Amino acid sequence: MSRRDAVPMLSVSNIESYYGPIIAIRGISLEVPRQQIVAVLGANGAGKTTLLKTISGIMEPEKGAVMLEGQAIGGDDPAAIVRKGVAHVPEGREIFPLLSVRDNLRLGAYTRAVADGIAKDMAMVFGYFPILKERAGQMAGTLSGGQQQMLAIGRGMMARPRIMLLDEPSLGLSPLAVKEIFAVIRRLNVEQGVTMMLVEQNARAALELADYGYVLELGRVVMEGSSSRLLSSPDIQEFYLGVKEGGQRGQRRWKRRKTWR
Amino acid sequence: MATRIGTLASAWLAAYGGASDLESLQLLVSGLANGCVYGLIALGFVLIYKATEALNFAQGDMMMLGAFVTLGLTNDHYWALPFWASVPIALLLMGAFGYVLEVTILRRMSGQSQIAVVVLTVALGFIIRFLAGAIWGHEPQSLESPIAGVNVRFAGLVLGLDEVAVILVTIVLTGLLYLGFARTRLGLAMQATSQNQLAAYYMGIPVKRVSALIWCLSGIVATAAGILLASKGSIDPNSGFLGIKAFAAAVIGGLGSLPGALLGGLVIGVIEPFAARHVAAGFSQVVPYAVLLLVLIIRPSGILSQVRDKKV
Ligand SMILES: Nc1ncnc2c1ncn2[C@@H]1O[C@H](COP(=O)(O)OP(=O)(O)O)[C@@H](O)[C@H]1O
Ligand SMILES: [Mg+2]
Repeated sequence: MSRRDAVPMLSVSNIESYYGPIIAIRGISLEVPRQQIVAVLGANGAGKTTLLKTISGIMEPEKGAVMLEGQAIGGDDPAAIVRKGVAHVPEGREIFPLLSVRDNLRLGAYTRAVADGIAKDMAMVFGYFPILKERAGQMAGTLSGGQQQMLAIGRGMMARPRIMLLDEPSLGLSPLAVKEIFAVIRRLNVEQGVTMMLVEQNARAALELADYGYVLELGRVVMEGSSSRLLSSPDIQEFYLGVKEGGQRGQRRWKRRKTWR
Repeated sequence: MATRIGTLASAWLAAYGGASDLESLQLLVSGLANGCVYGLIALGFVLIYKATEALNFAQGDMMMLGAFVTLGLTNDHYWALPFWASVPIALLLMGAFGYVLEVTILRRMSGQSQIAVVVLTVALGFIIRFLAGAIWGHEPQSLESPIAGVNVRFAGLVLGLDEVAVILVTIVLTGLLYLGFARTRLGLAMQATSQNQLAAYYMGIPVKRVSALIWCLSGIVATAAGILLASKGSIDPNSGFLGIKAFAAAVIGGLGSLPGALLGGLVIGVIEPFAARHVAAGFSQVVPYAVLLLVLIIRPSGILSQVRDKKV
């Protein structure tokens, strides 16, 4: 299937975003096709979070267009964008710490005017994250990091999104928790049909999950391609997958040998 | 809250040798009644602080203005409307006043330093005081309310109906606020906005409108406090300075905790009359602030602060 044969779920063209006078995104264009998982990779400060904030309306793009299924949403306020089907699962999880898990989930459905279906969706979220059901009455701030990430994703699902923007869901989590969360992201994509835009520094995990990937550097797209192509690209291997580490490991082994003597 | 007041009352009874010391009980009731007024002002203060991070030093003056608006509507000398019609009108007007204040002035201050907002609200307090003086004069006046100046006799005890009513109204109001915050969609949105404003934006909560509604609610709560105060005593344009005590109450309770604000108000309210009786005149007025210092030294974040919970 060609990537450009249909109206994509999300397309961003030539957007620029600023923090005051400082430019953080310098003309990014990308597409997220329906039902796919697209990874956005890049080092700290590359502009990944700013990109997501610009899409979800927390920041206004200075230039360029953001289209959701062919409809312009750039410059709309965040509430309108959530209502149109974009759920932003922010970096650092940003849960409501003193509210119960259940109330956090309810707030995810805030923009939905009709109350029915909310209970059903909460049951759906509990189905994906049984631990949240166990802790439903507990204050969200008492959850572990991994559980809070699950809550943030579940809260995003409560908006009944067409596309979910995930900002570094693996940040600060144990490898086991990352595995569990990425598996659910995959299942939500397949079973609930939610398109995923996945921002990650953990490039290997993200590319193993995603269909396609973009690499950002200093607010620009510097490389894009299918996940398999990116995984095998020497540049990606060197800078984002830490393949170079082999050399360092060798060095460490040598040092250890030295201390044995 | 009701149970908390209950425990507090029985603790005091125990400490003062049971029902035989009627005077202590009367002091306690009047202290609690004052404390309720402080607590309600503090509540409005904390509401705004939690949701918008603004310290509203005009909260006491809003209380005073709310009292004068009610008085202007209902007192014979002014419009002479029935009391029970005046109260909802005054609450509505002051709610609108709070809302408009946020939309026209405070919203523009977002991104400015907290000091700028403090200076702004202090100035606002001056303006409110000036206006109240210009409209209603500077003489102390009492609200002509059905509860003013009536005494109830109860088991040999003479209690002011006004004081009992203040306590009851505060309990009911607190209960309503609690239910509103816990059970309604808007209440939940208000809590969310005060816990994590950025996340509230992500959820699609209209944060700006919620902030304006918080100022509205805060104006209503201040007016309730003002009505209670003016029913059991009198008000003049300088009554807004009670706001300082309410601020102390809010700090004692842990800035950012609603139950804490009420508790802080009750603590100050109860300490005052007992200090006046047992501490030498001239020093007694200082006692509430000495307690404030003590709390700040022992527990800098306040009695019921949620700081520990927030450390995730
Ligand atoms: N609130 C802010 N104010 C000013 N500059 C910011 C702010 N947030 C991010 N930046 C700058 O914008 C650039 C992109 O940041 P960000 O989008 O957070 O990157 P990433 O998510 O890829 O780590 C960085 O240079 C960062 O320093
Ligand atoms: Mg980031």
